[in-house]
Amino acid sequence: MTAKTFQMDGHDVPFEEGQSILAAALAAGSYVPYLCYHAEFKPHGSCKVCTVKVNGRTQASCTTPAREGDVVESNVDELNELRKNLVQFLFTEGNHFCPSCEASGGCALQAVGYELGMTTAHYSPLFPDRPVDASHPDVLLDFNRCILCELCVRASSLVDGKNVFSLSGRGITKHLIVNAESGKLADTTLSVEDKAMSVCPVGVILRKRRGFKAPIGERRYDAHSISEVAVAHPEDEAK
Amino acid sequence: MALNLSAIVARHGGDPSRLVQILRDVMDAEGHVAPPVITALASTLGVSRGQVEGVVGFYSFLDSEPRGKYRVLFSDNITDELSGGHELRQRMLDAFRLELGEVSRDGLVSIGATSCTGLCDQGPAMLVNGRAIARLTPARIGAIASLIRGESPMDQWPDNLFVIDSHIERKDLLLSTPLSPGEAIDAAIARGAAATIDEIARSGLRGRGGAGFGTGQKWAACAAAHGGGPAERYVVCNADEGEPGTFKDRELFAHYTDLVLEGMTVAGFAVGAQKGLIYLRAEYPFLFAPLLAKLEERRRAGLLGRDVRGARGFDFDIELHIGAGAYVCGEESALIESLEGKRGIPRNRPPFPVTHGYKQQPTVVNNVETLAVAALIAKHGADFLRAVGTAKSSGTKVLSVSGDVARPGIYEYPFGVPVARVLEDAGARDTQAVQVGGPSGILLGANELGRRISFEDVPSAGAFMVFDTTRDMLAVVENFTRFFAHESCGFCTPCRVGTTLSAQMMKRLVAGKGSRRDMKDLAKVTQIMKASSHCGLGHTAGNPVIDALAKFRPSFDRKLRSLDVLPTFDLDEALAPAREATARDDAEAHFNEEES
Ligand SMILES: Cc1cc2nc3c(=O)[nH]c(=O)nc-3n(C[C@H](O)[C@H](O)[C@H](O)COP(=O)(O)O)c2cc1C
Ligand code: SF4
Ligand code: SF4
Ligand code: FES
Repeated sequence: MTAKTFQMDGHDVPFEEGQSILAAALAAGSYVPYLCYHAEFKPHGSCKVCTVKVNGRTQASCTTPAREGDVVESNVDELNELRKNLVQFLFTEGNHFCPSCEASGGCALQAVGYELGMTTAHYSPLFPDRPVDASHPDVLLDFNRCILCELCVRASSLVDGKNVFSLSGRGITKHLIVNAESGKLADTTLSVEDKAMSVCPVGVILRKRRGFKAPIGERRYDAHSISEVAVAHPEDEAK
Repeated sequence: MALNLSAIVARHGGDPSRLVQILRDVMDAEGHVAPPVITALASTLGVSRGQVEGVVGFYSFLDSEPRGKYRVLFSDNITDELSGGHELRQRMLDAFRLELGEVSRDGLVSIGATSCTGLCDQGPAMLVNGRAIARLTPARIGAIASLIRGESPMDQWPDNLFVIDSHIERKDLLLSTPLSPGEAIDAAIARGAAATIDEIARSGLRGRGGAGFGTGQKWAACAAAHGGGPAERYVVCNADEGEPGTFKDRELFAHYTDLVLEGMTVAGFAVGAQKGLIYLRAEYPFLFAPLLAKLEERRRAGLLGRDVRGARGFDFDIELHIGAGAYVCGEESALIESLEGKRGIPRNRPPFPVTHGYKQQPTVVNNVETLAVAALIAKHGADFLRAVGTAKSSGTKVLSVSGDVARPGIYEYPFGVPVARVLEDAGARDTQAVQVGGPSGILLGANELGRRISFEDVPSAGAFMVFDTTRDMLAVVENFTRFFAHESCGFCTPCRVGTTLSAQMMKRLVAGKGSRRDMKDLAKVTQIMKASSHCGLGHTAGNPVIDALAKFRPSFDRKLRSLDVLPTFDLDEALAPAREATARDDAEAHFNEEES
């Protein structure tokens, strides 16, 4: 019996029953840009950067189960333009000053931006007011860079069993909160060993006193583009 | 007002899925949900603190910070705006020397804006501590301001302030066919569950809440679904009615309550549910007590409860849930999340509610009007509905007509009615445009008035807002983009950011500060939202912009500056904080562009 397959950009992609289009594509070595997906967690499909066309209909590939015979388009101009705009939306929405960011070079948002040929944020920046939380002895939270992917929320709840992070607000005022009446990270049970410490794709959750430990030029996406890294280690990408 | 939190929690059985209802009660008792209350609630209910805080932060009518002792919210719907709502709002702000959204320093009053309150036939309207006041005039605003100044308790305010009028202007099949309580249930029981579903399917009934899905098909799928084991099934009546310009469900619940409840019970019998849930929007507080009384009356009459109408084993009761100010909760899966006490974020689908709905059990979600029609079909059979309407749209549609018409109100027509006919009946003159189905629907220009209300041509969830030739259509569209930005749930990137960017660009365009680049970006952002959003809100949020760009292009062009690119940074505006700080407003304190 041959494995089930769907077609993506003209190639056959094998998949297991229940696997998403994105997971199957990455496992087969075909990169689809994504941000809020993480192999270890149930996908929730919020960033929409992984959008593909399935039999002509646009869908988030991380939440769409692969089906035998589906015809999927991914690496085409129309979709890359859409993805680039979504990444621009994310840059527009937060405060991203890459040159001064500890995550620069290791940041998935920046790397996907490069991958998609994005040169500016294009839209007028919203400049939200998001104060930094430096209350915790070992961890700094710079909310300015949060892309609301909820990976820390999922990791803290599902792996750490702590629910340190949650979301509040609605629409453009949606924001990350920590689980404390004071609103301060120091008053939560977060510890540096937590899974939630290692999943942020951008530069929000930072270890104190580790700044620039990895020199610029030697960071995750410096030598290899995110499309190469993602398919080389589909299991641990976004760590 | 000492807060008795344990009494409130006990009233809701300590059930975390009642969180939104519990928080509403806390708001009623204290005016806000303070951080220590959030902490206490989380530990009593056994959920994380962040979860409770997240729910408070999601809904417009839940606050974690104190608002005024009198919380005034003006409806920001376009029809309220066009009938002078903004001027009245300004008058009240001036009376208390407040800015929009501000709380007075003595904590007496806060004045803000809220999305459409569903009183478009009698606007402008407002909510004061959740209670609706319609037909606002300068005199009414003056009276309300003095009641607030005198700190008069709201239950001592004159009753006439709270009177909600009813304007049922045209009745057809649904609104004119009488039904005695129990008749439809009896007919369904006599016919049997499966045959009742067949009858509904054969009638061609399609959902009246927007998507137009076949009701018989939906019920059949729910009846056949098994959930995780022996399925508990649910029937949910969607009375969120958040689409601006829609108020027909308000009237159905006010004057055809038995018919709607009968429809829910028929649905419960047909799919094998034991419980019905009504999700009613918070903006209709005048419906709460009568509805609860009606439910009690039906229980006493054996129309709800055990062995309904004597049918052995048919146990069915109905519970009322009240929303807390979120349009997205009209989307069926977000509604279910909200019913479960969570943030109203639309779920990933599939699975659909018919298999994994409320508490992951098979659930039918139907609009108020759909359920009312279903009751009549149960009694009178499929042909009763098929005899009216068009090939693909059997039956009638109840429209909520508002805006520039002589007689706003409820109009019921057979499907296929031309838009022009509705306009004529409602006394519209010099019509420039009609927004059918609300902001997420279709904007029709004056040359399209021959088009017909039906699933084949112009579908409508019920709103029908009329704009005459004196109106600035750009300002209308700007109001709609503001609505979507306010109501986006924020889950997905395209809608969360796209709705805000469109609202900002429309604001610039209306103010005459827009550039051609804004126009291009507006079209692009709209396209992105349509292509990649997670739910119907984002998919349709760009509709008014797309329609206006196509049909009212000259209105845009007139407002455009000739430049291709305009600085989004306005030097004069940037000086405003400095002017305020120095209390100056003289010519020298302004940056005059013409001179530069
Ligand atoms: C953003 C959004 C808001 C909605 N609001 C409502 C509503 O207020 N009332 C309603 O009946 N349906 C609403 N719907 C449609 C529901 O998702 C669902 O299709 C409907 O309740 C099904 O009932 P029906 O088949 O009887 O129409 C909304 C959909 C979306 C995407
Ligand atoms: S802090 Fe990081 S992981 Fe958490 S939601 Fe924001 S971007 Fe995602
Ligand atoms: S489209 Fe808008 S309302 Fe719907 S899930 Fe996305 S952000 Fe929320
Ligand atoms: S990766 Fe699929 S939506 Fe974010």
